[in-house]
Amino acid sequence: MDLMQISFFIFAVITLVAAFLVVTAKSLVHSALWLIVALFGVGVLYVFLDAGFFAVAQVLIYIGAIAILIIFAVMLTRKDLRDAGSQHNTIWPFAALAAVFLFVGLFFVLSSWASFTTAKPGLLAGANALSDLGQALVSPNAYLLPFELASILLVAAMIGAIYVSLIKK
Amino acid sequence: MIPLSWYLLFAAALFCIGLFGVLSRKNAVAILMGIELMLNAVNVNLIAFWRYLTPENIAGQVFAIMVFAVAAAEVAVGLALIISIYRRRDTVVADEIDMLKW
Amino acid sequence: MEFLRDPITFIGNWLEGLLLGWNIAPAAATVIVTLLGAFILGTFSLALVVFTIWMERKLYARIQDRLGPNRVGPWGILQTFPDMVKIFTKEYITPDGADKAVYNLAPILTVSAVILLWAVIPFAPTIVGSEINVGILYIVAVGALGTLGIIMAGWSSNNKYALLGAFRTVSQMVSYEVPMVLALLVPVLLGRTMGVNSLVEAQSVWFIVLSPLAAFLFFLSAQAEIGRAPFDLLEAESELVAGYQTEYSGLKFGMFYVGEFLHAFTVSALMATLFLGGWRGPWAEQWPMLGVAYFFVKTFIVYFFVIVLRITMPRLRIDQMLNFNWKLLTPIALVLLIGTALVEKTLQSFGLDSLGLRTIINLGMNLLIIWGTIEILRRSAHTERQQVTEPRPVAMAPNTPASD
Repeated sequence: MDLMQISFFIFAVITLVAAFLVVTAKSLVHSALWLIVALFGVGVLYVFLDAGFFAVAQVLIYIGAIAILIIFAVMLTRKDLRDAGSQHNTIWPFAALAAVFLFVGLFFVLSSWASFTTAKPGLLAGANALSDLGQALVSPNAYLLPFELASILLVAAMIGAIYVSLIKK
Repeated sequence: MIPLSWYLLFAAALFCIGLFGVLSRKNAVAILMGIELMLNAVNVNLIAFWRYLTPENIAGQVFAIMVFAVAAAEVAVGLALIISIYRRRDTVVADEIDMLKW
Repeated sequence: MEFLRDPITFIGNWLEGLLLGWNIAPAAATVIVTLLGAFILGTFSLALVVFTIWMERKLYARIQDRLGPNRVGPWGILQTFPDMVKIFTKEYITPDGADKAVYNLAPILTVSAVILLWAVIPFAPTIVGSEINVGILYIVAVGALGTLGIIMAGWSSNNKYALLGAFRTVSQMVSYEVPMVLALLVPVLLGRTMGVNSLVEAQSVWFIVLSPLAAFLFFLSAQAEIGRAPFDLLEAESELVAGYQTEYSGLKFGMFYVGEFLHAFTVSALMATLFLGGWRGPWAEQWPMLGVAYFFVKTFIVYFFVIVLRITMPRLRIDQMLNFNWKLLTPIALVLLIGTALVEKTLQSFGLDSLGLRTIINLGMNLLIIWGTIEILRRSAHTERQQVTEPRPVAMAPNTPASD
């Protein structure tokens, strides 16, 4: 096990433990804070995958905006500051069973796939992923249309969210 | 070196934990947190596949950016809906918001 | 001679050679030297705060026509040390029912988010903490992390006023991130790169000349981001006690305090790097220590303006502040971004890419937007004044029901 494998293992375990604590914490605010740790761990994994832009974008979008939004929603939708009682509904053993079955099923399907254990190919020398990504997002014969559609989706979501939560006098 | 299988298994585990969160939590915001975990697992999968199988084709990264945008939009609208529901019904427990089914 | 030119890189290389000589694996040696560098950078930035706090208090006092600290050391320069001792020895009073882990983590997170910013600021052509090619994005992302610490502080204090203060602070910070990011994109467009060191190298003409409006927008939104006057509604003593910091005492409050001052200094450093040319100056490439000197001179000049702005302007109300952001700063920032993109791309596609032409046309576009904004504001103020000074009907008492 070399240094990279050990670090990957450590961060993967941290992320999975944090994710597990997200779904089992008794206090919702603690859940949200563990979610932030899990999102950060995923960001670190992006660095392992040579996708530095995505690591920073993950911190910016997920932790800087989405997680704060979730924390606000948790704090604004409660009458008292404390959480009482269990956070799980009555069918949670079946949910756990479903999750475990899904994981085992995915493991079997994936391990019978030929390229399951490919090693990482080297990057082409001089390939600048960042500027390639930028070019791909705005060239008409690349991915300009999905980019514009995503912008329209965001505008629609923004207007919709403002309208839905507006207090009409 | 880190084989592809490690990333795929990690993403599968994260997805299953998120699924457990969605199916077993009472509070609607907690369900949204589970959905966020699932979307992150999908993103890790996408980037891992891009890096290991087709690093010269930028489509994998573009797809991941679309997932980022969709996740942000969905969280915004979902939380606006939850806050609106809280204002009317004074509760965000998913089981208690069942007025549409008699 | 090599040592005099660039002592920090020299020491770093010597240390790495030393570690390799002790038969440590090369990867581990790099990691150790990098960690040591990160530790020194963090400590250095915190040590700078000691000086900047003194500078701020002295300047504050002089502008208010009083003396400021002048007892401890020459000109009161050691005043911060007794203050530190005082804060260290205060008692930690944790409120009853507070969430202990979150309560203790919040000040650490807030201060860390500021120190993390120093990792991408280049002091000299060869002295930079970490040269990543998405430096600007990193700056925005780390700024968002500070917001998290504030919410955690407000929530875990188990105090409704602290929570309200935290909500207001976070809403202000999140709102002002929008024009700040848009203003940060203008140097990225002008320098055609997102890495901070590359941006400094691309500033043969300082970006404040190419785009003064972007510099001004960044300056204003950064003041609001760090909660400084005139946007310091949240730390005003009469508003919601002390906001999210109400329940903190002793060193935990000290960390919030230090974090705030360090954030102001860091933002000045960022402005100097991105708009005033950073370490650029005569002979900075050959003598990196000279680059460091230029960088600090520029940072202190910007910090001087930050302090003067704080002392001289009155405080805005929260609704005035949010209106200012969403109705004035964000539209201007969007128009500026579109204008800069159009100008740069048009000039590039016509091949008229020379620096002089770019400077003149960008500067002209900026002045046009400034003039347009002032015109629109003046017209709307004129209309409002006309509405107010119209003769109103004389108020007459209606027939009261009691008189029937």
